[in-house]
Amino acid sequence: MKLVVVSAGLTQPSSTRLLADRLAASVGARTDVSTRVVELRELAVDIANHLVTGFPSPALGDALGAVEEADGLIAATPIFTASYSGLFKSFFDLIDFDALTGKPVLVAATGGTARHSLALEHALRPMFAYLHAVVVPTAVYAASEDWADGELAGRIDRAAGELADLMLRTPTPHKEEELVPFAEQLAALRKKP
Amino acid sequence: MQFGIFSVGDVTTDPTTGVTPSERERIKAMVTIALKAEEVGLDVFATGEHHNPPFVPSSPTTMLGYIAARTERLILSTATTLITTNDPVKIAEDFAMLQHLADGRVDLMMGRGNTGPVYPWFGQDIRQGIPLAIENYALLHELWRNDVVDWEGRFRTPLQGFTSTPRPLDGVPPFVWHGSIRSPEIAEQAAYYGDGFFANHIFWPTSHFQRLISLYRERFAHYGHGTPEQAYVGLGGQVFMRKNSQDAVNEFRPYFDNAPVYGHGPSLEDFSRETPLTVGSPQQVIERTLGFREYVGDYQRQLFLLDHAGLPLKTVLEQLDLLGEIVPVLRKEFAARRAPGVAEAPTHESLVAAAQEKVTA
Repeated sequence: MKLVVVSAGLTQPSSTRLLADRLAASVGARTDVSTRVVELRELAVDIANHLVTGFPSPALGDALGAVEEADGLIAATPIFTASYSGLFKSFFDLIDFDALTGKPVLVAATGGTARHSLALEHALRPMFAYLHAVVVPTAVYAASEDWADGELAGRIDRAAGELADLMLRTPTPHKEEELVPFAEQLAALRKKP
Repeated sequence: MQFGIFSVGDVTTDPTTGVTPSERERIKAMVTIALKAEEVGLDVFATGEHHNPPFVPSSPTTMLGYIAARTERLILSTATTLITTNDPVKIAEDFAMLQHLADGRVDLMMGRGNTGPVYPWFGQDIRQGIPLAIENYALLHELWRNDVVDWEGRFRTPLQGFTSTPRPLDGVPPFVWHGSIRSPEIAEQAAYYGDGFFANHIFWPTSHFQRLISLYRERFAHYGHGTPEQAYVGLGGQVFMRKNSQDAVNEFRPYFDNAPVYGHGPSLEDFSRETPLTVGSPQQVIERTLGFREYVGDYQRQLFLLDHAGLPLKTVLEQLDLLGEIVPVLRKEFAARRAPGVAEAPTHESLVAAAQEKVTA
């Protein structure tokens, strides 16, 4: 199965990426997955250009395609100004509105203090709910102090277990482009609404 | 194969001089550009249709009628005629009228338009964009083919015993291209009627249009209009030329960087790689343009966008001179590469001949 990790961390190395990697490793320990990491930092200019021109560069197109085709997704962002980072949101603004339908998603975030942890519930979860993704019950937040705390590992394992379970239970439906024959489109209009 | 130009009709400040043409200057410039297109040996001039600033061409048949009176050979067309917000009865009348005045040198390209607010200005609802395009065109198609039409649909008042006048010249409606940037439904519509499909092509990567065009070709054959290779395909393109390619890049860059559509985004180099935009020497434009057929197959019409982004009229006319020099080469090279059995670009004469053949058959 294909696991895609989207990390919106900005520094290198970043704690967001560190959290995402630990989540991915924990999923990988539970089920057989091939993992692809999409670092949004590397695509930042391409994301801005796509917003301006309406089409993706080859590298961004490839990343968007990988997310669409994933059997499961880990989405990790730093919390900026009470929400996901603008880069994180801009990337998901470029995803087809139906590309995440039914897709298992684990949301994760990092921040300087634990006070921002509910941004996961108030910002990320509703965004993915809007996209009809299936978000696992455990969202993982790591504040600076959590990295020294054994409880974080427990939350990572719980969330990863939930994602692995969902991925095994819900095979990603293959999206077929369906074309309605023209005669049917015409006939539908001729019927009274 | 037909070569021509299409104009959006934008009034844009020249970023290098700060000069903004008046509406009158821009409208007159479009006419001058069209006349020049005929002078340098191009086949087609197509105007956009827009109903909001900074665009001037809200009334295409008025402009095209004026150009018709001042040209001899040029085919007058649109890019695009809004099938969603124009009353199909008025389109039928306006373009039949233009056909008579221009002795048949008329075709048109249908589009849905991409400016949401236009819909309510003409009493329509953008949420019905695709259904409007389907129903309105079905009516237009009928109005041009049946002298008396009884009709009832969802989006306009019914017609009873209605005859749109004048009737199409020689009983042959203008050829219709369907333009689309992203909708497979429109490729399907073009295929269903055996009409042409025009891929605007200039702001999106080529791979995107490759999919739409192959869908159109496949469905064209499915509906029994011929083989996929016999379908009518048109492409947009965007070029800026100077004898020396570096001069072209240097001169065009400020226009590119500040262009309303793609400015302040990707670099000229990136955009040139991803889209058909070609900025360079005439030879580079020839090579790039010939390359289009490698991914869409043999096609019938190539239109270039030349006058936009604030380029001054003088520069555009110089571009037309250069285009006039390369088009004979393009004609020869495309002809040499064309597979046997590929359709010629439809003209009024060819459509009249085809109609007569049908009657005698």
